[in-house]
Amino acid sequence: MQITAALLAAVPLGTAWRAGWARLGSAQFSSPQAGGGRHFVSSRCGNRKSEVMAGKPKLYYFDGRGKMESIRWLLAAAGVEFEEEFLETREQYEKLLQSGSLLFQQVPLVEIDGMKMVQTRAILNYIAAKYNLYGKDLKERALIDMYVEGTTDLMGLIMQLPLQSAEMREKNLALIIERAKTRYFPVYEKALKDHGHDYLVGNKFSWADIHLLEAILMVEECKPDILSAFPQLQAFKGRISNIPTIKKFLQPGSQRKPPADDKYIANVRKIFNI
Amino acid sequence: MRYLFSASYFPGIQKLSSMSGKPRLTYINGRGRMEPVRWLLAAAGVEFEENFVETKEQLEKLIKGGDLLFQQVPMVEIDGMKMVQTRAILSYIAGKYNLYGKDLKERALIDMYVEGITDLMQMVMMFPFTPAEAKAKNLASIEEKATKRYFPVFEKILKQHGQDFLVGNRLSWADVQLLEAILAVEEKVPAVLSGFPQLQAFKTKMSNVPTIKKFLQPGSARKPPPDENYVALVMSIFNLS
Repeated sequence: MQITAALLAAVPLGTAWRAGWARLGSAQFSSPQAGGGRHFVSSRCGNRKSEVMAGKPKLYYFDGRGKMESIRWLLAAAGVEFEEEFLETREQYEKLLQSGSLLFQQVPLVEIDGMKMVQTRAILNYIAAKYNLYGKDLKERALIDMYVEGTTDLMGLIMQLPLQSAEMREKNLALIIERAKTRYFPVYEKALKDHGHDYLVGNKFSWADIHLLEAILMVEECKPDILSAFPQLQAFKGRISNIPTIKKFLQPGSQRKPPADDKYIANVRKIFNI
Repeated sequence: MRYLFSASYFPGIQKLSSMSGKPRLTYINGRGRMEPVRWLLAAAGVEFEENFVETKEQLEKLIKGGDLLFQQVPMVEIDGMKMVQTRAILSYIAGKYNLYGKDLKERALIDMYVEGITDLMQMVMMFPFTPAEAKAKNLASIEEKATKRYFPVFEKILKQHGQDFLVGNRLSWADVQLLEAILAVEEKVPAVLSGFPQLQAFKTKMSNVPTIKKFLQPGSARKPPPDENYVALVMSIFNLS
């Protein structure tokens, strides 16, 4: 992709240059900057800390899980370093709105490869495909999509909990546990049992595996022994947790966010006027 | 030659509908979550069959039969798969019939647009199930979101590149989804496009794409707007109170 006038106009110059450097790896473009840039990259190989070199994706969201957490998981699992800008005040959110960066006036927003991407699912699809976590063909992608939609539905139920009244929360917690045990986990248990592979699709690590691990851990936070009747999933959890990038993400100090607490909810309510 | 390919000639072969290779849609006889799938198949010029769920017992039988991965419809039998989850189904169809852009970046744009439109359509889809006292408020909310959040985005995109289609100067899933949304919102808010000349032109052009024009004619697989009967049917089949 060329560093076109339109691109430079759309984003602050600094970001465009960073995005430009980031695309050097794909060697797809012919602008003059590319030639000089490629030399710059090769002479600074391994130095990932330089801001100009990095071209890291930048995530705009609250300092909490919400809809951004699956994106953090996927980037981390893919071994991609990323930056975060946390929305802490209403003013900050309004500034972001006015900047025109939010296509549908909503976060999550992820700046990646020169794009200001919104809509969680679009962002996840892009990252999965870019980092070869989306299967080898249309049919594998279809399977991954089906599995991910299932875990999305399950995690979606859990995501609502903090915003609900105590009474609704109790009722929905029971629903979540029931759904996990009778609708969702049996599907993945069976898939793993039937083919006997380490990963859900195509005998290869994919987005579906990452998403399932995220869902398992989230449900375990609601009910620690939820996997007691699912031996395949227990083994799966152990395996996937030990993948180096994921193991790193699961350690303290990573960019993984804790479950929502009252302070987080109060902040979200304040920023969105709920 | 036709004799050689009839189902009876090959023992044990699946029934003729599967032989025809047509996708088979299992859902209620109404729009709901299946309508975008009907739109996309129709726009791609793909003939399909429908298996209508008419009673709770029928749904329960389907669930027991193990055909519904997460015990839910929509379900689409296509290319030997029993696909569930609307977005997965739509992505597959879009990918298969070249309605998903030419590369990752075009796909990213299409995905963003489709997701936005889906959020708007979700409001329209849920509207018939709104209690009577909340209907006016919900309708106002649909109108507001359409005219302030979603339509302005697509109006601007079409104006900026001046092309007939949203992405890559070529018909894609995003165009089909946008047309569906425009028509669905217009059913509730007839003058909704009055401030959007680009979208008016888009609507006309898209409606005249031959496959879409055919789908918009009476007698096609397109389903009518949901009415009280549809709501009652959904409530009874899905055990909603």
